[in-house]
Amino acid sequence: MSFLSLENVTHHYFTKKNVTRALDDISFSLDEGEFVSLVGPSGCGKSTILSIVSGIMQQTKGKVLLDNHPVREFPGAIGYMLQQDYLFPWKTIIDNVLLGPKIQQKTSADIRKKALELLSEVGLKNVEDDYPDSLSGGMRQRVALVRTLVTDPKVLLLDEPFSALDYQTKLNLEDLVHKLLRQYHKTAILVTHDIGEAISMTDRIFVMEANPGRIAKTFEVPIELRDEIPFLVRRHSKYQPLFDKVWAALNGEEIQKNTG
Amino acid sequence: MLSKIKEMKLTVIPWFIPLVLLLGWQFFSWIGVIPERILPAPTSVFSSAIELTSSGELFSHVSISLTRALVGFLIGGIIGFLFGLFNGVFRIADLLFDTSIQMLRNIPHLALIPLVILWFGIDETSKIFLVALGVLFPVYINTYHGIKYVDKSLIEMGKAYGLKGTALFFHVILPGAMSSILVGVRFSLGVMWLTLIVAETISAHSGIGYMAMNAREFMQMDVIVLSIVLYALFGKLSDVIARYLERRLLRWNM
Repeated sequence: MSFLSLENVTHHYFTKKNVTRALDDISFSLDEGEFVSLVGPSGCGKSTILSIVSGIMQQTKGKVLLDNHPVREFPGAIGYMLQQDYLFPWKTIIDNVLLGPKIQQKTSADIRKKALELLSEVGLKNVEDDYPDSLSGGMRQRVALVRTLVTDPKVLLLDEPFSALDYQTKLNLEDLVHKLLRQYHKTAILVTHDIGEAISMTDRIFVMEANPGRIAKTFEVPIELRDEIPFLVRRHSKYQPLFDKVWAALNGEEIQKNTG
Repeated sequence: MLSKIKEMKLTVIPWFIPLVLLLGWQFFSWIGVIPERILPAPTSVFSSAIELTSSGELFSHVSISLTRALVGFLIGGIIGFLFGLFNGVFRIADLLFDTSIQMLRNIPHLALIPLVILWFGIDETSKIFLVALGVLFPVYINTYHGIKYVDKSLIEMGKAYGLKGTALFFHVILPGAMSSILVGVRFSLGVMWLTLIVAETISAHSGIGYMAMNAREFMQMDVIVLSIVLYALFGKLSDVIARYLERRLLRWNM
């Protein structure tokens, strides 16, 4: 029995003049604690899938089930982490992190303690009373990660969360996010443009194609790579062959598009 | 120790030029380069201030002017803020009111003085009305603008967290608009003094402006200069208040 599953999800965008098929018959399922990634060209509907899973967008056809119930029945079950951190500049770090619990009226000494623990776990000790403007981009993104984790979501959606960071910060954060997701046994979907990131962090890779958006190919990441620290995965002997295969799958798609 | 000296420097330096001007003014009055009937010496301005204070005259004029300024500012500020708020938040209010307010805004409110005197006479109402009218528009424009241009993605983020209605307003929209609102407040404090000075000088039987006009009749140069100095001090005071508000409400922006 799978934890999160998409069954024949199809989505159309309607404009006044025409209808675009953004997603065509997407089906996949995740076990609890599984971490998958979506890679593909711009406009292939990667982010649309996340919006549908999170319930922000309603699919035209198909089902999204969490524990065999429609995902909409679980408010607060989905945590979202985006390219930008969207921290509120007028709230201190701790107030930003505890905004979710505060709105759900679940603030308590326990959750505050948990938030502080998580902050120190991501290397942010003694900054809880600072304002976001005094933190660097990487630190802010770590705060955003803590904010996502503190509400204890069932599923995490990561929409290119590292793409606005410098390379060094990005590699460090990849390791950190990978570690935390494993540690808390979180189910997660990562959207990325970076093949290396997909291979080094996730268990399965869905390569998508555009017009209409669908899953072209699925790659299982070899078991030896899955539990390795992302940074070390990139030097593993099994890394490059997989990279080449995913690359070929992505480019095959591009060539088809150019000739057709 | 070093930082203390530096801090003292920072407080002293801004007052350097006013002090030099004052000393120069006093010096040239002494040696007779500035005749008494053109510009009285600072000492004679100061002594007339003491004289008027001991007779209680100064206090009553100052308190009347301050009351007018404050009441007018509060009335105009609150109306401007509320209109800015509703027009910024609700589309229907925006459609209904904004065009009219923009039309009224472009009439110089001081041009209404003859009309206001005919309507309200030269009593308190006319001054307060003019100050309120002058203050209203800068507060309105900046509140409206601030609310309209709060970062949309932060609002989305708030909504994604389940914020809506008043909670969304107090957690996201108001703090997001605050720096713009305070720009409006600061600007309108200037308009407040300007309006009051003009109104009191043209038509009044009390207040600092009246004191100056009355002194002109008797050629009391020292009292006229005193009134002007008072306005300068109050201008500085309202700037200090505005800065204090900014420090308190925009702590995150420092």
